[in-house]
Amino acid sequence: MDTPSTPLLQVEDLQVNFGAVRALKSISLDVHAGEVVALVGANGAGKSTTLRTISGLSRPRGGRISFNGKSIAGMAPAKIVRLGIAQCPEGRRLFGGLTVADNLRLGACTRTDKDAVAADSERMFGLFPILKQRLKQLAGTLSGGEQQQLALARALMAAPRLLLLDEPSLGVAPLLVRHIFSALAELKLQGMTMLLVEQNIKLALDLADRAYVLRTGQVALSGLSAELRDSERVAQAYLGAAT
Amino acid sequence: MTQLDYMLQQIVNAVSLGSLYALVAVGLSIVFGVLKLTNFAHGDVMMVGAFGVALLVGIGVPFPVAVICGIAAAAVAGFLIERIAYRPIRDAPDVARLLTSLAVTYIIENVGILVFTSSPRNFPLPAFLNTSWELSNGAITFTSINLLTIALTFVSLLLLGWFITRTTTGLGMRAAAEDMSAAQLVGLDVNRLIIVAFIVASAYAGLAGILWAAQAGVVQPQMGFTPLLKAFVAAIIGGFGSIAGALVGGYILGALEIFIVAFLPSSISSYRDAIVFAVLIAFLLVRPGGLLQPNREIKL
Amino acid sequence: MSREARIKLCVLFALVAGAVVAFGAPHVLSDYFVRIILLIALNAILVLSLSLSNGFTGVFSLGHVGFIGAGAYISGILSIPVQQKLALLPHLPAFLHAFSLPFLPATLVAGVLTALLAVVVGYPLMRLSGYFVSVATMGFLIIVNVVLINASDFTRGARTFTGVPLETTLPWVFGWLAITLFVLARLVYSPFGRAMKSVRDDTIAASAVGIGVLRTRLIAFVIGAFFAGVGGSLYAHYLGSFSPNTFYFSLTMSLITMLVLGGMGSLSGALVGVVCVSLLSEVLRSVERGFTIGEFSVPALFGASQIVLGFIFILIMIFRPKGIMGEREFTFGLTQRSAVVNQTEERKR
Repeated sequence: MDTPSTPLLQVEDLQVNFGAVRALKSISLDVHAGEVVALVGANGAGKSTTLRTISGLSRPRGGRISFNGKSIAGMAPAKIVRLGIAQCPEGRRLFGGLTVADNLRLGACTRTDKDAVAADSERMFGLFPILKQRLKQLAGTLSGGEQQQLALARALMAAPRLLLLDEPSLGVAPLLVRHIFSALAELKLQGMTMLLVEQNIKLALDLADRAYVLRTGQVALSGLSAELRDSERVAQAYLGAAT
Repeated sequence: MTQLDYMLQQIVNAVSLGSLYALVAVGLSIVFGVLKLTNFAHGDVMMVGAFGVALLVGIGVPFPVAVICGIAAAAVAGFLIERIAYRPIRDAPDVARLLTSLAVTYIIENVGILVFTSSPRNFPLPAFLNTSWELSNGAITFTSINLLTIALTFVSLLLLGWFITRTTTGLGMRAAAEDMSAAQLVGLDVNRLIIVAFIVASAYAGLAGILWAAQAGVVQPQMGFTPLLKAFVAAIIGGFGSIAGALVGGYILGALEIFIVAFLPSSISSYRDAIVFAVLIAFLLVRPGGLLQPNREIKL
Repeated sequence: MSREARIKLCVLFALVAGAVVAFGAPHVLSDYFVRIILLIALNAILVLSLSLSNGFTGVFSLGHVGFIGAGAYISGILSIPVQQKLALLPHLPAFLHAFSLPFLPATLVAGVLTALLAVVVGYPLMRLSGYFVSVATMGFLIIVNVVLINASDFTRGARTFTGVPLETTLPWVFGWLAITLFVLARLVYSPFGRAMKSVRDDTIAASAVGIGVLRTRLIAFVIGAFFAGVGGSLYAHYLGSFSPNTFYFSLTMSLITMLVLGGMGSLSGALVGVVCVSLLSEVLRSVERGFTIGEFSVPALFGASQIVLGFIFILIMIFRPKGIMGEREFTFGLTQRSAVVNQTEERKR
């Protein structure tokens, strides 16, 4: 857990308000290169808000976010993507009126290296073979599982150094959830750094190296996945009780 | 004149008018797509294009060059309007933005009246465009401007089709129209998209304004207001924010107007515009997503 | 002195002051200033009638001027003297040729017919919200304009409608203004007023607590239209002659500017907006005509006043979208109640 290097992503005392409502009271977390870190917690604990704020969609009221040693708090979302943070948002948020191919193309819109983009597309078709068959189809006509695969692929097309995943299992059939998580495991093996928000604690802790448990806008508990998995305290005191 | 010839003549008229509505409506829909803003000043951008051509030809610039400059002037006007008036209120409630755009129109038209007076002036059309053609022994007539309108609309819409399906910026505009925050998350620069949308839409408005003035033969500071309102109806009919919808709506409205005048008694057809706006209200009530997006709520 | 008594005294004072101005001003002030006071009071009626739906109920109608126009034409047709009517509007139905109404009944009929029109228009349109209702009511405004231009048997079409007796004097306008203010104040600060505001602030929550959204909007729309019709009649009898384009986008724009400048959720705000914009327009109009200061002569700048108003509107939208007053009212301390009173009232509910 105590890695000597400086973390790739470091969030310190992050605070976010929605109007008068305090969504995040104080969140501190860090993600090191090559790590997979999970954010778990009940609905409304602030998991998605944390990801939205890291991506620049919500403005922090206070605190610091630094990526690779550079402060990114309050930066425009497009700039943050360019720096190397891509997000696969909750509910997939595909461009339903555009084809699968165009969705992938927009995923890579921040990149200029054409050959590498083409190589990455091929990599995606290796990871998610179904997408190759659906290239000309409108994204809105795909099934839930296919859409989730496309959303993942779209985020990966940005060639991120850090991938933010918001509820990748939501609204996906169980069989396909397994498929998606095995794809994520493969990405992990390839060295992809990920920050994962997931309702399904078992799935999350199986994939992640470490996890933070959020509760009402604060970090309630953190530790190695293996420790947290066996900890009754997590399930009962924080997840069970908060719902 | 046979029944068939009369019918054909009306079809020519309908396609010609529909092309103009489509050109204006497409621009409105592009801007509405990325900004969820009804840009009433779009009609005044038409006026800028038409006046640009009239003034340039007046000082001896060749007509084709003047047309290109007029379109460019319109694009610049659109850019400035976004920069000065719309950007500061981008996050305001939708009705506030609607009113702001009405105020912008009000300002531009009155500046136009201040500078050029409200009396119409001639739109200088070169001789080679001032010819008319006859078919079927004169039963069907159309002017070169009719033909040019249809041809230019066709070409420019092909160009637009290429832009929004083949270029990253064009795809990005459609993506932003569908889901603004998802567009931001893939790294699209929304500010840039909005600027491009205004420039493209305004160039189309400029072209439409020039063709409109060429058909009418005159330019006048408030010339853009009526076509703007009509194009707005067309865009709503087709599905506001959808470029394909704007096209479909433009031609439907063109046909509707021509056929009201051609086939209904004059006691009814003089109420043409009232019928058109009744159609608008009916669509808002029954099918606010328009013909092409029956199940889609227009998100504001 | 009790609160009730203080309010009554204040209202009485306002009425007396109004009456003194209404009857006294023409003897003291020049015609020019009398005309400005009259226009301000007239605009106040129009803007107050607009504020009911647009400000308090959250239905931002762009069609209000359509009702004003309808009221003006209806009242005009009813009150042109019979002889003139035969000459000016020869194709009117015979029964309309047979009589001409005095000012007050013509105004009342105009108000009632306009309100009926609002029932017909509002019943479908009040289902719409936000942006859509604005656009749909704008469609209504355009339809009214087309109808006024084409129903030339009744309106002389695009030509000037003329011959309306010039009967709108200060006492009339002040009287109607007092009635409008009284009715609106009673309405806005009543349980129904709270229903209107809750429909405006949160439609879903309002219907969840049993407030009929459609009904509330429709009532506000119709009452607003009644006073718009009345105001239209006063306007018609002030101008004497007008045309369909008198009641179109230009008037819409200036009424909305007055409303938005003053603050949309406040009656006194509406009045503040009317006074500010009316005075400013008057100053600008004299600038517009061109003037000479010493050596300098400024040429006529037609349209300059509209341009300035447009800019003011945009600046309000950017810097003070809630207007000068927002939702506050000038109360002169009259509505401050003691805590005890408040508590007993709470208990009653």
